[in-house]
Amino acid sequence: MKTMVRPTRTSESVIDIRKLHTRYGKNVVHENISLTVRAGEIFSLVGGSGCGKSTLLRAIIMLLKPESGSIRVFGQEVVGLSDEQALPLRRRWGVMFERGALFSSLTVAENVGMVLREHTTLSSRMIDEVAALKIALTGLPPDAGGKYPSELSGGMRKRAALARAIALDPELLFLDEPTAGLDPLSASGLDELVINLRDVLGLTIMMVTHDLDLLWRTADRVAVLDRGAILGIGSMTELSKLDHPMIREYFYGPRGRAAREQEQSWKKK
Amino acid sequence: MTARQTAQWVIQPTAPSGVSLVSVRCEGSWTVKEIPHIEQQLPGIPASAAGDVIIDASGLTALDTAGAWLLHRTLLRIGQQGRKARIEDMRPEHKTLLELVATHAGERQLQQHHVDSQLVQVGKRAVTQWLNIQDMLAFIGESAVASLRVISQPRRIRWRTVLHNLQSAGFEALPITGLLSFLMGVVIAYQGADQLQRFGANIFIADLVGLAMLRELSPLLTAIIVAGRSGSAYAAQIGTMKVTEEIDALRTIGVGPQELLVLPKILALMIALPLLTVYADVAGIFGGMLMARSKLDVSFDAFLDRLGDAISLSSFLVGVAKAPVFAAIIALVGCFQGFQASGSADSVGRQTTVSVVQSIFLVIVVDAMFSILFNWLKI
Repeated sequence: MKTMVRPTRTSESVIDIRKLHTRYGKNVVHENISLTVRAGEIFSLVGGSGCGKSTLLRAIIMLLKPESGSIRVFGQEVVGLSDEQALPLRRRWGVMFERGALFSSLTVAENVGMVLREHTTLSSRMIDEVAALKIALTGLPPDAGGKYPSELSGGMRKRAALARAIALDPELLFLDEPTAGLDPLSASGLDELVINLRDVLGLTIMMVTHDLDLLWRTADRVAVLDRGAILGIGSMTELSKLDHPMIREYFYGPRGRAAREQEQSWKKK
Repeated sequence: MTARQTAQWVIQPTAPSGVSLVSVRCEGSWTVKEIPHIEQQLPGIPASAAGDVIIDASGLTALDTAGAWLLHRTLLRIGQQGRKARIEDMRPEHKTLLELVATHAGERQLQQHHVDSQLVQVGKRAVTQWLNIQDMLAFIGESAVASLRVISQPRRIRWRTVLHNLQSAGFEALPITGLLSFLMGVVIAYQGADQLQRFGANIFIADLVGLAMLRELSPLLTAIIVAGRSGSAYAAQIGTMKVTEEIDALRTIGVGPQELLVLPKILALMIALPLLTVYADVAGIFGGMLMARSKLDVSFDAFLDRLGDAISLSSFLVGVAKAPVFAAIIALVGCFQGFQASGSADSVGRQTTVSVVQSIFLVIVVDAMFSILFNWLKI
């Protein structure tokens, strides 16, 4: 199946962040952050541990209230939105959490089905079938649906979490560290899955990751965060040419170089 | 768009030429919102006419995975009837989606939940219970072995943990135990007052309150409070540690979980519960004394005088001697249920509940057995 049709790229922005400030108590997390995620792109946030990547993600998905500034998702301001107002918006995006956050008392199929049950009027047969389809789409074996999260390996749990995130065919997908804790094989499987989903389902994807391989292979644009500010935004190639010590360290450290070389050989293939 | 375009599945009139063809048109948006509506239209349609089916998808405005799945399922069903189906005029992006669904749909069916017959259910529960009892016995055995090991090397007793547990299970339970026991004394004296007054046996209020509190009520009451306060905490703590693999980590470091988690709790509770019981005795008798003075005009002096005559040392000891047994039950059940937790947050909650119910149940059963025993021994 090589007939991938890329959705027409428009410059329409899906996420638009302006002058965002966030703080935990006295601890300033973000200072004056502005960035835009366009429709249909895979946008990634990178940066060292504790630089506020995940916090930014949590602010966008309304788990955290920023100090000031504006975050617009699908053109709607999310800062200060009530739960009721947020519901239509929440149905349009899916979130995959770093550790899966699957409901441990439900099987994988029930985890995926629960989202459908809550938000649609599908018949329960249809729900079971669609849930099984989403589970298959993420590359899990069919018997995984009947298992509980505690019976799955780490990689399978991530895939199950992804299946739940795409249960409602969201337009926007947030991935928090999608490959953290995976073996290289599963991780590269996930790379392809992410690209596939974007291409076929026309998703916009925003992810937080440390995984340089994943970045080189999937990300259209990347924002580098350091100490609450954005150091640069651009494609990986553009960023790798920037002359900032932290970025250089990031890209030209031993791991960065290896990922970059691998990417080049991957492209040649 | 003037009106919302509803999703539809429209059967076209059969082509006039004798060729057996059924033509169907998909219209509108086949997305999650509309699907329940379309799904109801679908059954029976292909069966109503014979021949191959042409699906005209030119009117399809939107398709998501649920819609694609429905279409795919319909195609499969037509195929099973030995007919051919083909889709015409489908947008390329919809076609891609349909192909994606088709490639992943091979092994789609969920295993059906199969429900056991009642007899099988009863059998399964019996076996589970039996295994549970075996586990419990094994756990008691392990604890006994661990305690023998620790006793042979007293340096391995973790006094710091024991003290910590003493504080949380014993000292911090003083207010609630005192208050409840005091109220219990008040209630008994209050209930007894009427009856005693009728016979003019006011002074025997001391016998009533003293015996009831010392022999039965304070050990039982204290044990129940502690089971609710500390037994549940033990189960929740150990259960959470089990779920987060901390227990496994302990084992790999070479520290027996029994030694670190279970024995200090048992030891601390066996010290704390008798002390709490004595405290509850005092509070309960004080409550009875207050009630006796206000309702029966029995002065404190008279009450205490009578109490000394009425209550033998053995009555007091019978009550206090039960406490360590109750303590061992509560700590063992709490820890055991904690270790039984597995996998999920849900199971920690369940085991915590079970620990409280079981320990209170066992405490009362053992208390009844003590009564019979003491009756035999004529204490």
